[in-house]
Amino acid sequence: MRLLAFFKTLDRRFIFLFVGLAVIFPFLLDLDLPEYPTVMVKAIYNTVEGLQPGSLVLMPFDYDPSTAPELDPMAAAVVRHCLSRDLRVCFMALWPEGQGMVSNLISGTVQPEFPDKVYGRDYVNLGYKAGGQGLINAVLLNMRSMFTTDAAGVPVDSLPIMIGVTNLKDFKFIMNFSAGRPGSKEWIQFAGDPGRIPVASGSTAVQAPLLYPYYPSQMVGLMGGLKGAAEYEAALLAGYPRFKDSRRVATELMVPQAMAHFVIMLFIVLGNIIYFAERRAGKR
Amino acid sequence: MNLSPAELWIGGILTLMIFSFLYRDNPFYKFAEHLFVGVSAAYWMVQGVWGTLMPNLVAKVAPGMVQSFMPEAAGKNPEWHYLIAALFGVLLLTRLVPSIGWLSRWSLAFVVGYSAGTNFIRYLQSDFIAQIRSTMIPLVVQGQGGLDLGASFSHLVLIVGVFCGLVYFFFSKEHHGALGRVSRIGVWTLMVTFGASFGYTVMARISLLLGRLQALIIWLRLVSGGS
Repeated sequence: MRLLAFFKTLDRRFIFLFVGLAVIFPFLLDLDLPEYPTVMVKAIYNTVEGLQPGSLVLMPFDYDPSTAPELDPMAAAVVRHCLSRDLRVCFMALWPEGQGMVSNLISGTVQPEFPDKVYGRDYVNLGYKAGGQGLINAVLLNMRSMFTTDAAGVPVDSLPIMIGVTNLKDFKFIMNFSAGRPGSKEWIQFAGDPGRIPVASGSTAVQAPLLYPYYPSQMVGLMGGLKGAAEYEAALLAGYPRFKDSRRVATELMVPQAMAHFVIMLFIVLGNIIYFAERRAGKR
Repeated sequence: MNLSPAELWIGGILTLMIFSFLYRDNPFYKFAEHLFVGVSAAYWMVQGVWGTLMPNLVAKVAPGMVQSFMPEAAGKNPEWHYLIAALFGVLLLTRLVPSIGWLSRWSLAFVVGYSAGTNFIRYLQSDFIAQIRSTMIPLVVQGQGGLDLGASFSHLVLIVGVFCGLVYFFFSKEHHGALGRVSRIGVWTLMVTFGASFGYTVMARISLLLGRLQALIIWLRLVSGGS
């Protein structure tokens, strides 16, 4: 009983310490866990594979730095895939901070890894626009009225990638990275469903369970959290071995992630043992 | 993302300040928290002015005034009807003056009306009708080599889960007997859903912790003179 009393009154800071050690320790070791893409992640991969070179892909970055560790790796993986397939990518954001996330991705992944791709011809950053679902509603019918310039203020009429783009239906695929509202749910409701445009979501793990009901009839695939990103990285590596030297951030973080989950599960089991032991002692 | 040494130092120190809250509340944590709120508010305000107000209002109403730094406005004629939207925006600010604060209700009525109208249609089509359609699936799925057991079981779980979950929320009859047993399965379905959500939430929070730790390691390497 003394042991039970000790665990029952355990300072929560010890739990923080254990979780901290569980995630720091694997960083010191160079370990990898094998990753296999699940059906929903593979569906996104196959959708990108099925697009004709030159097709337009819209990538709204609806997240901010607070969720970047989850969403940046999946955005980098999908962008690598799209540019390798010679698809043309239009970035935009419904979140003010999303514009900065796009800039980071362009400077950190697109420019160094795809030096042959030209801004304005192969990809463009249309920047942030306010309005949430109202904006999606508007660009479904007329994109030019809302996006007159790119993020740097360059008129879109002068960008070759925007030639012939009048509304959302000109995009063959919408790959949304979402951390909340407005995000994937709004893209499905206001663009995918009414415009019959394939929409996929790369979402934070918190949001992923809310999006499951839309798969597969209203959403072609779903990447949930860092695990989803690691699965996409695995699929990309299997299909494009030339990326074996590219940094796979999500895959690198899967070992500390698994260790932390293991420690948390231990504490959940321990908490339940204490609960049942106390209940049993109370009955006596 | 490639950060400069100064940015790494700022990021590293602020991360440690925030993490210090895990031990107890302290002035370092408070400083970092207030700094974050201030910087966020300023960022949103700048985005609001340059990302929304200037291109969507000033450039439309007075293009000549902004054409020197907004080339897309050059040569455009003023579109005066945008002043109606501006008026509604100004009316929202009347809440700051209690005696005429009621005027802001006109703007709010417009916002609520527009949102309710568009959301009603889209929710009805995407979250109601489409979801019902997605639940109307065959219980027996035939694969290429005959019965697809995995898919059939998956469909069965989905249909039973939805049905029992709906029964749980049926309050017109007391949950006894057969109804009670079906409702009980509905409770279990909900518990599994909540468990999955909790698991995903844990994963998300740990992922964010890992992101900060990665940044801290890069900073510590810089501090220790490594690359």
